[in-house]
Amino acid sequence: IKGGKIVNDDQSFYADVYVEDGTIKQIGENLIVPSGVKTVDAYGQLVIPGGIDANTNLHAPQKGMNPADDFYQGTRAALSGGTTTIIDHALVEPGTSLLTAFDQWTETAEQRACCDFSLHVDITRWHDGLYEELETLVKDKGVNSFLFFMAYKDKYQSSDSQLYEAFSVLRDLGAIAQVHAENGDIIDEEQKKLLCLGITGPEGHILSHPEEVETEAVYRAITIAKQANCPLYVTKVMSKSAADVIAKARKKGMVVYGEPITAGLATTGSHYWSKDWATAAAFVTSPPLNPDPSTPQYLTSLLACGDLQVTSSAQASFSTAQKAVGKDDFTLIPEGTNGIEERMSVVWDRAVATGKMDENEFVAVTSTNAAKLFSMYPRKGRIAVGSDADIVIWNPKETRTVSAKTHNLNLEVNILEGMEFRGVASVVISGGRVVLEDGKLNVIEGSGRFVPRKAFPDFVYKRIKARSKMAEARGVPRGNYDGPVHDVISMTKSVPPTPTSRGPSCPKTLTGPRNLHQSGFTLAGAQIDDHIPRRSAQRIVAPPGGRSNITSLS
Amino acid sequence: RLLIKGAKIVNDDQSFCADIYMEDGVIKQIGENLIVPGGVKTIDAHGRMLMPGGIDVHTRFQMPDRGMTSADDFYQGTKAALAGGTTMIVDHVLPEPGTSLISAFEQWREWADSKSCCDYSLHVDITEWHKGIQEEMETLVKDHGVNSFLVYLAYKDVFQLTDAQVYEVFSVIRDLGAIAQVHAENGDIVAEEQRRMLEQGITGPEGHVLSRPEEVEAEAVNRSVTVANQTNCPLYVTKVMSKSAADVIAQARKKGTVVYGEPITASLGTDGSHYWSKNWAKAAAYITSPPLSPDSTTPDYLNSLLSCGDLQVTGSAHCPFNTAQRAVGKDDFSLIPEGVNGTEERMSIIWDKCVVTGKMDENQFVAVTSTNAAKIFNLYPRKGRIAVGSDADLVLWDPDVTKIISAKSHQSTVEYNIFEGTEVRGGPLVVISQGKIVLEDGNLHVTEGSGRYVARKPFPDYVYKRIKARSRLAELRGVPRGLYDGPVCEVSVTPKTMTPASSTKTSPAKQPNQPVRNLHQSGFSLSGAQIDDNVPRRNTQRIVAPPGGRANITSLG
Repeated sequence: IKGGKIVNDDQSFYADVYVEDGTIKQIGENLIVPSGVKTVDAYGQLVIPGGIDANTNLHAPQKGMNPADDFYQGTRAALSGGTTTIIDHALVEPGTSLLTAFDQWTETAEQRACCDFSLHVDITRWHDGLYEELETLVKDKGVNSFLFFMAYKDKYQSSDSQLYEAFSVLRDLGAIAQVHAENGDIIDEEQKKLLCLGITGPEGHILSHPEEVETEAVYRAITIAKQANCPLYVTKVMSKSAADVIAKARKKGMVVYGEPITAGLATTGSHYWSKDWATAAAFVTSPPLNPDPSTPQYLTSLLACGDLQVTSSAQASFSTAQKAVGKDDFTLIPEGTNGIEERMSVVWDRAVATGKMDENEFVAVTSTNAAKLFSMYPRKGRIAVGSDADIVIWNPKETRTVSAKTHNLNLEVNILEGMEFRGVASVVISGGRVVLEDGKLNVIEGSGRFVPRKAFPDFVYKRIKARSKMAEARGVPRGNYDGPVHDVISMTKSVPPTPTSRGPSCPKTLTGPRNLHQSGFTLAGAQIDDHIPRRSAQRIVAPPGGRSNITSLS
Repeated sequence: RLLIKGAKIVNDDQSFCADIYMEDGVIKQIGENLIVPGGVKTIDAHGRMLMPGGIDVHTRFQMPDRGMTSADDFYQGTKAALAGGTTMIVDHVLPEPGTSLISAFEQWREWADSKSCCDYSLHVDITEWHKGIQEEMETLVKDHGVNSFLVYLAYKDVFQLTDAQVYEVFSVIRDLGAIAQVHAENGDIVAEEQRRMLEQGITGPEGHVLSRPEEVEAEAVNRSVTVANQTNCPLYVTKVMSKSAADVIAQARKKGTVVYGEPITASLGTDGSHYWSKNWAKAAAYITSPPLSPDSTTPDYLNSLLSCGDLQVTGSAHCPFNTAQRAVGKDDFSLIPEGVNGTEERMSIIWDKCVVTGKMDENQFVAVTSTNAAKIFNLYPRKGRIAVGSDADLVLWDPDVTKIISAKSHQSTVEYNIFEGTEVRGGPLVVISQGKIVLEDGNLHVTEGSGRYVARKPFPDYVYKRIKARSRLAELRGVPRGLYDGPVCEVSVTPKTMTPASSTKTSPAKQPNQPVRNLHQSGFSLSGAQIDDNVPRRNTQRIVAPPGGRANITSLG
């Protein structure tokens, strides 16, 4: 590649790039290269790392339907827009094995994908038994991010306890917790209410998913992550207030990242009230697009100032016929919007062309940050010797008009229909091969490789590790309390078990007497300690070492 | 009959000098040169402040907790309240899950009627949720004068309700015209943290505050504000103990939510550093939930928010246990019964921390100690105001008296006072309850059982005027469209992993417009013969010809 301006997230400079065997071999001026090499002229254009789309759903079925665009069409569209790596979400149905789902996703993607890919795993039902599978996925399979749903009640939703446990496990494994943040309980109630009122169209979707519900869940997820000292990544930040919560949490020092998506940066939720059912339904996604017309600008500004860090598309396309399954009940409309192809152009147009960010920040939010967060750096997200040759030659002057007629997806509708964006990928190189040139796509089905990702990404975990060391809770060393103890009437009918009795019994490190709780917990059959007489907790014990009268009541 | 001469009468809106005459427990005349019958007992106020008696909106006297009862019963509790200048309390009825709200309410009435020395009213706590509870709530509101219900977001597996249940409870409360109260802490996180602490061998009282960090309180406040907003229900957060929880309330108010916050004597007067005391019994005496914040700047911050109106009401959450009772949890902090004292100290602490320091004036003091509570809970103007026709619950306040709080001299029966050694300026000189002098010259003359139950009507104006206006505005409207008549994807017949979508749980929704049977409803099976068995079921996938002919409204171009 000759004559371009190389743009990384930290600096830009003029140099030529020589690529061989899918990796970048040399960067500099007057490179000594073998003869007969294909040369791409990048004069007057930017040479940037290929985009990384950190959230796609190219294979996850919804309500029994497969997405209209699978790994082939999806990655093809991604490449045409300048994205050379995707991270897809492997959705594990409740009750099925994580590994099976992962294998199925990898297999399909390896056959179909045209660009490199990696996988997040979505956990829809948390239980302790998942630990081993998680460990395998993290240690052997190269998955370091897991998504939990706070919405989709009775289906995918995790409770706060489950999230806490899961987050603690993820922290120990060195992975990143992702959340789909919406309060499923409230949504469920609102949906019931709206259906009762006879509101069945797509506007019911947004009326039942108000902004506060997203904000509340983001706030809660952050609280839990803080408690568990686990890094948190909030997918699909769709509203101003949700973004604010993330920004504030970061100011308080939380390790939390926010991901706005193409749709949220480019358009608003006004279309839910469209008279054309098919148009309105095309916008259905969760959390929904915000009806507030200032939202896209606001999110772009936060992205520019670093309060939000990563952009993705949350691509999940369902054709109008598939969406129409919910024509009489908006809760049945499969959710998801397009955006995989338009992402880079949208960010350039909204953020760089308007002067909110410069070209380096553009690279950061479209690829570098994602690569750092998800342990793909510097293989992806940087133009450097030794990095993968996923390169985009970006033409900031050209414009493109989005239309369902010209886009590379199967979808009949494009939510950005008719919009014009400045900034277009003129040449795209994936794995060292030119896949887009002169407007012609030349992809190979199945050429995409799986990119394994290591646990404990430095970008995230350096701080987490330091905090773990700091955060050890310490007890107060005291003598044994030897004052009077109140007699509790034995098992009054209505005494409820206190919360801790449900948990596993805790090892007693310091204390001698048997705790009241445990004596209330009965096990059927003979027990190992049946021969030991039970001591009553009420009795005042003489502690070893003699009584120490530390309790002064004055 | 009683005449008070030369008093500076302080209400929440203004102060003025006048004489005041009361008869039969009601204020009859206010003014100068009053014409009163001869031989009336007269108190000369010498220009001191006379204010409405305090209302302590949150007490838990003789509350049962895991087989024990909190140390102060209605007699000792109300006696302590009167000694501090509080002439009315609102206690919490805590029905154990599985018992009836009404029988619990009657039990509390019986206890209080026989023992209480001052007027009282009752909040009812909702500890579980089902249809029967809803009916009982209706009865309580309509026939028993209860207009406030508390839900718990903490105490997992005991009292805690899920968000969906809270949503339903709030909807019911709004329809009944009552106030929703929350105990705001995330019980799921607390339970996990408790388990972690115990596993690490932390069993002392410091484990209590370590397992209930401030964020857990702020999160739950934020969540309950969200649910209240969604249901358009007025919300009252009990026990605001931390800066961040108070901030969440202040911010929600700025956004227009109808929400009120109640800091308590303990959070205004002291902090949580004592949980690390080497003396177990002392550390245990501070146990309450949410815990006192270890941040020593918290009391000052909460006093400031109280002064500027971001927090509105003060309670005491008075529910102390004596040391022997606390010692049930000597080897496991999660078993220590929770609650601190504060009903006696409430007025003096607020005067000392807010009025003496110049954060608020005497009128605001009256607002946060009685008037606001009376307005929110529909006791106004019978309580919380000095006016003709109001109850003669009055306090003659001496701003100059100083007192050192101590367990040796307090009225409560517990051995520890969490404010031990604190010197406070300001205290009651004379306390009048129902027109009778109960405190004079430092001597208490209370009568056990003289307290009356005060019924409270639903739809308090102060709260519900706004709620009603919003209900009218918030009506949702659908978009009128022709029927969609494009192609519909065939869904493969119930794939194995497909779970029923959430709305199947409800009663089938009414569908006024659609002639088509909805997919959901056909998935909902009733056993036995049905009234519409003879009607053939139509398949939703089929494209129907709507009445009035096809309207081709779906353009894909």
